[in-house]
Amino acid sequence: MNAEAQMNEQKEKQQLPYDGSAVLIDALHQQGVEVIFGYPGGAVLPIYDALYKNPIRHVLTRHEQGAIHAAEGYARVSGKVGVVIGTSGPGATNLVTGITDAMMDSIPLVVFTGQVSSTVIGTDAFQEADIIGITQPITKHNYQVQSVEDMPRIIKEAFHIASTGRPGPVVVDVPKNVANEVFETPESLDVEVNLPGYQPTTEPNFKQIEKAVHLLSEAKKPLLLGGAGILHAGGADLFVQFAEKYDIPVVTTLLGLGTIPGNHPQFLGMAGMHGYYTANMAINDCDLLVNIGARFDDRLTGDLAKFAPNAKVVHIDIDPAELGKNIPTEVPIVADAKKALEALLSKQLTMQDTSRWNEKLKQMSKDYPLWYETDDEFILPQEALEAVHDITEGEAIVTTDVGQHQMWTAQYYGLNNPDSWVTSGGLGTMGFGFPAAIGAQIAKPDRTVVSIVGDAGFQMTAQELSLLQEFRYPVKVIILNNGALGMVRQWQEEFYDERYSESLIQVQPDFVKLGEAYNIPAYRVDTHEEMREVFEKTLTNDEPVLIDVRVKQMENVYPMVAPGAGLNEMIGVKRQ
Amino acid sequence: MKRVITVTVLNQSGVLNRVTGLLMKRQFNIESITVGANEKQGMAKMTFIVNVEDERKIEQLVKQLQKQIDVLKVKDITEQEIVMRELAFVTVVAPPHLRSEINSIVDPFRATIVDSSKNVVTYQVTGEPSKIEAFINLVQPYGIKELTRTGATAFVRDMQKKATPQLSLLQ
Repeated sequence: MNAEAQMNEQKEKQQLPYDGSAVLIDALHQQGVEVIFGYPGGAVLPIYDALYKNPIRHVLTRHEQGAIHAAEGYARVSGKVGVVIGTSGPGATNLVTGITDAMMDSIPLVVFTGQVSSTVIGTDAFQEADIIGITQPITKHNYQVQSVEDMPRIIKEAFHIASTGRPGPVVVDVPKNVANEVFETPESLDVEVNLPGYQPTTEPNFKQIEKAVHLLSEAKKPLLLGGAGILHAGGADLFVQFAEKYDIPVVTTLLGLGTIPGNHPQFLGMAGMHGYYTANMAINDCDLLVNIGARFDDRLTGDLAKFAPNAKVVHIDIDPAELGKNIPTEVPIVADAKKALEALLSKQLTMQDTSRWNEKLKQMSKDYPLWYETDDEFILPQEALEAVHDITEGEAIVTTDVGQHQMWTAQYYGLNNPDSWVTSGGLGTMGFGFPAAIGAQIAKPDRTVVSIVGDAGFQMTAQELSLLQEFRYPVKVIILNNGALGMVRQWQEEFYDERYSESLIQVQPDFVKLGEAYNIPAYRVDTHEEMREVFEKTLTNDEPVLIDVRVKQMENVYPMVAPGAGLNEMIGVKRQ
Repeated sequence: MKRVITVTVLNQSGVLNRVTGLLMKRQFNIESITVGANEKQGMAKMTFIVNVEDERKIEQLVKQLQKQIDVLKVKDITEQEIVMRELAFVTVVAPPHLRSEINSIVDPFRATIVDSSKNVVTYQVTGEPSKIEAFINLVQPYGIKELTRTGATAFVRDMQKKATPQLSLLQ
């Protein structure tokens, strides 16, 4: 193109009506958005038209739920805000599960939904849904843009709210007429964020830090609990440094996996319902529990009355509402986890002699490791995960759905790195893991991304195989196929006298043919040898792959804290 | 226990929905709620009375409200020196031969008659919610045709009791 043509095009662009949609896409460019996950439809036609003229990479998933889970995976791994566009009505309601998931696990998202024109809102118009009303309890905040003049400010605020403080999803609902409304004063694009009601505290109160340090200096059995807040704050290095400096043992929550390397000698494992025996007993026995960035969720605590009965509690969280919500706390500290760790590390602290405590825990870890009984006939899911760990050397980004495979992955895939673990913790969403893996791969194209899924959850969002077909994202999908809703079946076995109501799946698709239909290399493995061979061949190359691993159906996740029990009352514990 | 909470919010569409939705989601029982403009442009103040079981729940409520982006200030004013008022319209069945009797017994409440017709009289009464309750109980036997209450609003007095050792002993 010669200079003149270029100038003409530039001119043409300027003469185009600068409308709400153009403002929206410009604002996304301004925010540095590099990828949008979405699905077009009637009410967002103007927005997609603006995107066509002023492109940002757009990933067209095959269902809106796939788009939002992919955005969550992208956000979790990249640390950036995930951006989603869906149309009004069904497009918007299909996003609801993902929005809730992001709210529960504090994932920063900005979700744009189309809306029918302001003139017909409230008339039950075609593809109208009250998405503001629907998403009010499941968003950090939501907006409906009433006029194009508000668009620049709202988008700026949305990104600010989503990414600061405790991260979370923000919905921006754009009526079609606002998307088409001409913006008369483009000079007012540069707006300041003005949110008098939103000023998150990030710096810890120094008196509270001193109190925490004092408790640490008195503790004979201290314990650190690492939560996802550390990862959101980018504080994993400091967390490990702090633990090492004072030789304090560490446990994590499910979402806190990766705050400390899986093979670290001070790491006792994940705590909670399917946590390591030693991790749970450490919580039970410790005299000081320092929780950094975890929210004392019920799957971690078990029976609250029996939780950490001997411990004083220091709780550091960016969200003041989490402090004292479930567990009475001696020293609550509102702060960004990284800043709190910096403050703690800046103090000189003389610890008590904790060697007996540390030795006792090390011995307990040796005496009560995770266990499973091998089977000549069947592959055990635990073995599959150990093999995945060996071959990827713990370096992969791992995503999961919810259920048995998720717990086994948490137990057996020792992650080396922070921000490499993408799982649906709070909401427990089936169908999350596979699209989340696509988002994670887009965020980190050079990393190996392994999506561990169950045969049932995978079928909830399997349509996104189209993206692997189209873009050859080298995502490794490993189906731990037990022909069952494994966790449901396990609970029915243990608590409902083996009445397997609707949890055994008799008929399944041929997953190899399914992979082939999308032109993706696909394998079925039934034996240990086949599994090893296929994993070695496919997990390290740069092609996508779908592997149907047939595992033992009746295998259970152990150890376990039964619902209503305390952490010290685990079942399925074996002494080595 | 009953708590009186005031919430200062940005007066934007949906904010009332957001606050009441939050209370519903967290399982708080609202006894009454009033909303209106306050002294600052673009803001509004809500006063609500909630029933909660313990201190921890009320702390949660205040913190969860504070977290809302459109909420500027949350105060639990139950323990403070406050003035609380509610207004009610009570339409009482009052045939002519009973009217002076009713008027005389409601007199101590300083209720005003805002409407009357052949068989009914509508009183406007203001005061603490307990006073409204008492008024209602008093006219109940004559028959209440219609009742409309605004819900309580409250403000904190400028002069507060000083916390002294003696006072805390009494409490």
